[in-house]
Amino acid sequence: MSDERRPLIPVVVFPGSNDDRDAELALRGLGADSVRVWHTDEVLPRGTAAVVLPGGFSYGDYLRCGAIARFSPIMRAVTAFAESGGLVLGICNGFQILTEAGLLPGALRPNATLSFVCRDVEVVVEHAATAFTSRAEPGQHLTIPVKHGDGCWFADDELLAHLETTGGIGLRYADGANPNGAVADVAGVLNADGNVFGLMPHPEHAVDPLLGSVDGATILGSLVDAARLSAAALV
Amino acid sequence: MRATVLVRPKPGILDPQGQAVESSLRHLGFDVADARVGRLVDVDLATEDRDEALAQIERMCAQLLTNPLIESYSIELEHA
Repeated sequence: MSDERRPLIPVVVFPGSNDDRDAELALRGLGADSVRVWHTDEVLPRGTAAVVLPGGFSYGDYLRCGAIARFSPIMRAVTAFAESGGLVLGICNGFQILTEAGLLPGALRPNATLSFVCRDVEVVVEHAATAFTSRAEPGQHLTIPVKHGDGCWFADDELLAHLETTGGIGLRYADGANPNGAVADVAGVLNADGNVFGLMPHPEHAVDPLLGSVDGATILGSLVDAARLSAAALV
Repeated sequence: MRATVLVRPKPGILDPQGQAVESSLRHLGFDVADARVGRLVDVDLATEDRDEALAQIERMCAQLLTNPLIESYSIELEHA
């Protein structure tokens, strides 16, 4: 069983993931237990309180980013976990995988500039009443790095309007800070139930002053808080 | 049968690759109004039945080969 004081938050490792260790380290530093889970596993560890899909370039970004990873055996367990209300966070490639899996709305396309972007960006927390942003104030600005070539989130007008009115847009790039051409400056989206969140910025790379920002801890710390409550509910 | 699936970014979807190609063609002196870049997937199928082949490819497109939110596709079939 998971220790409710240190909720268990596994990080899934796909072939080509490369931010899994940073995510694991960040989660541990923020009070969670974390283990890395291989993509061929068919079940999540017993006592899992939340799951993180990390950044990277799963399957070499072949076909479309995340299109192949979504068929990994572990994704059946992740999908079932999400559908039963479990907390799932997708970071960068993890976000791409969740959109391809249909667990999050929209799609991620090549950056409008066609350039790979790797730098700190300023983002705005749209809603603080979520499992992933509870440590933030609504409208709070965070500085978190991005590093991606395919971060241009797209939704058609109808889907975007729906998400805007239902609170599906969780995180937006600040005015003038959109690094990839994403529609409506969207940096992160939630599913309808609010238990699945994906974002292009990398909170796990911004949890220590040595890295230039600790604002990522606001996101991951919120997840640890929510996972702790979720684990307590399971006991 | 041999199937060729042509995958295109839907109209209205920002296609930065197409824009870059269009710009380069203009630089080369071609009078180009627009260029879009898609993807081509050749698939060899065991079946020689046209309807069955089409049905299989449609399922492949729905499940993996395309993302219907951002891409459209067309299918060409020929006997191997």
